[in-house]
Amino acid sequence: MEFITDILLLSDSTLRISAPLILAALAGLCAERAGIVDIGLEGKMLAAAFGAASAAAVTGSPWIGLFAGILVSVMLALLHGYVSIHQRGNQIVSGMAINIMVAGLAPTLANAWFSLGGQTPLLDNGARFTAIDLPFAEALEDVPVVGALYSDLLSGHSLMTYLAFAMVPVIAWILYKTRFGLRLRAVGENPEAVDTAGISVTMLRYQAMVMAGVLCGMSGSALSTALGAGFIRDMSAGKGFLALAAMIFGRWKPVPTLLACLLFAFVDALQGRLQGVSFPLIGEIPVQFTIMLPYVITVVILAGFAGKMDAPRASGIPYEKDR
Amino acid sequence: MSGGPTKLPGILESVLIPFLNILVALFVSGLVVLALGEDPFFALGLLIEGAFGYQEAIGYTFYYATNFIFTGLAVSVAFHAGHFNIGGEGQAMLGGLGLTLAVFWLGDTAPVLSVIVAIFGAALFGAGWAFIPAWLQAYRGSHVVITTIMFNFIASALLAYLLVGPLQRPGGQMPESSDFPEGVGLMQFHELMEAVGINFEQSPLNLSFLIALIAAASVWFMLARTRFGYEMRVTGQNSDAARFAGVSVPRVTVIALMMSGALAGMMGLNELLGEQLRLIGNFTLGYGFVGIAVAFMGRNHPLGIVLAAILFGILYQGGAELAFEMPNITRDLIVVIQGLVILFAGGMPYLFRRPVAALYSRFALKGER
Repeated sequence: MEFITDILLLSDSTLRISAPLILAALAGLCAERAGIVDIGLEGKMLAAAFGAASAAAVTGSPWIGLFAGILVSVMLALLHGYVSIHQRGNQIVSGMAINIMVAGLAPTLANAWFSLGGQTPLLDNGARFTAIDLPFAEALEDVPVVGALYSDLLSGHSLMTYLAFAMVPVIAWILYKTRFGLRLRAVGENPEAVDTAGISVTMLRYQAMVMAGVLCGMSGSALSTALGAGFIRDMSAGKGFLALAAMIFGRWKPVPTLLACLLFAFVDALQGRLQGVSFPLIGEIPVQFTIMLPYVITVVILAGFAGKMDAPRASGIPYEKDR
Repeated sequence: MSGGPTKLPGILESVLIPFLNILVALFVSGLVVLALGEDPFFALGLLIEGAFGYQEAIGYTFYYATNFIFTGLAVSVAFHAGHFNIGGEGQAMLGGLGLTLAVFWLGDTAPVLSVIVAIFGAALFGAGWAFIPAWLQAYRGSHVVITTIMFNFIASALLAYLLVGPLQRPGGQMPESSDFPEGVGLMQFHELMEAVGINFEQSPLNLSFLIALIAAASVWFMLARTRFGYEMRVTGQNSDAARFAGVSVPRVTVIALMMSGALAGMMGLNELLGEQLRLIGNFTLGYGFVGIAVAFMGRNHPLGIVLAAILFGILYQGGAELAFEMPNITRDLIVVIQGLVILFAGGMPYLFRRPVAALYSRFALKGER
């Protein structure tokens, strides 16, 4: 029985932790499918987390927080778009510049605005996205199996978690079932063809960056106003890069990317549970090693799945019309 | 990737345009200072005073610059081979570990020898930590940016474990090792000056600065004068062309990234062997990332990197004084400046090329008439 409780708890935290990862990975997916490599997911997440936490702290509304988070993230996405599309700069360098800039700017502004040493005030529950009970969750609680799965596992997450999962089919539908999606994917594979058809490569790529910005903004907001209760220095802790790895592991496709995110989230949840647990023969694993686990798994996965063959063909290459 | 059809004279291309890029990065930084409610020009004055106002400050400026020469060279060597090594943090941490192990191994019996072995230990461990990401990039196509970032986190956790476990100072509470044995360390600049009879205020500036300059000269020689350096640059410019010319691209990738790791690893010489004289957790303090900005600001040329490193030394030392004087400004502001420098000097190198080219062709044509 204890084993089942453990599994349930682990699955529950997996779902919770996966939300920002899924949103960020979908953001990376939109950008790369349109031919722009976005290593700046991490920075956009962090900026959105800061924007959302600050706005929520001042206004007391998580919704205004979410809006602020998305706004900040979209602005950074457009900056990255400008460097990648108009300046034809190195997209990796630009993304990294955004990551570093935000890592400095967020605590600087937090310190200037709130004087709390680089973090934002702790948000009370009214200013956060708190747990929502799904309909009938209470009524079904005592039903065997269904109660455990529905009331314990699926119900009781924050709105951002449900939103993250809902975005997967939405993005998949946009990419595969709309004309815009077809063009967006085409611009990542063969921009010359799109250009020849009289459609603006520049416009499409900016649109993709706006999508990436919105998704990343939601991801960062989830971090600071749903999972956490405020912005803390460096709170993204490499999640933007994990999301990027998940997207590569997911072969640049929405549903496999979702599964990869769930795997990473599971490993993260597992490392939380492993802390302080004693094992037969080896004893207790030092906490530093369990902390390493998600990062090690990421490297192993990237090593096992060479990412070149499935990447959008024009990904990372600036488009030059006059060539 | 060209920003205009005109060919510009070298002085415009390699001095004026990069200078304009850095100027605009500093201008935007000034706007941030303004937004924080402080006077940017007053802040700049304080910064320069803090960096050069007295001997100790000058010592600190060059002490910080030493770190940035190592990490800047590390980024640039990888970049010449077409790769972006952002694992300088982790490689520096492991370099520090290698150095510390060498010191504890030989320090009691042969202090001088232990210092020499420690220098190699730092380079070796740094290179070793870069090897796995390098190999994965070369032979499996795993993106080196993601793997090196992951290795930073892993290195940080590993060091944290060692410093509260096997390597912790006996009876200590802090995540740090025992002090290095007596007599192990690199001579500090003020001691050196004292030996020739000049009085210089005490500062952590030490022999590592000289080692860093030697490293910069060696990198220049390797890139410009050796066959391998040539192969590396060709690989970086066009790996297909390199492969057709018979260069083993994976081999060049692995060696270049390991050299990069070795240079990053040597940062510990300055911090640990020059000043702290013990291994402390997270002693790298983000200096590995500063190397990215330094490399781009220095246009990936060793001489440029030394100059850019000194400029960042000024920013770090002056910034520390600035943070003391202006409560709204913290050291995080320097990280913002780093990001802006990378963005303008690295991400948009052609921002000013078109206007400069337009101006140039106007004046050049006028001259011809």
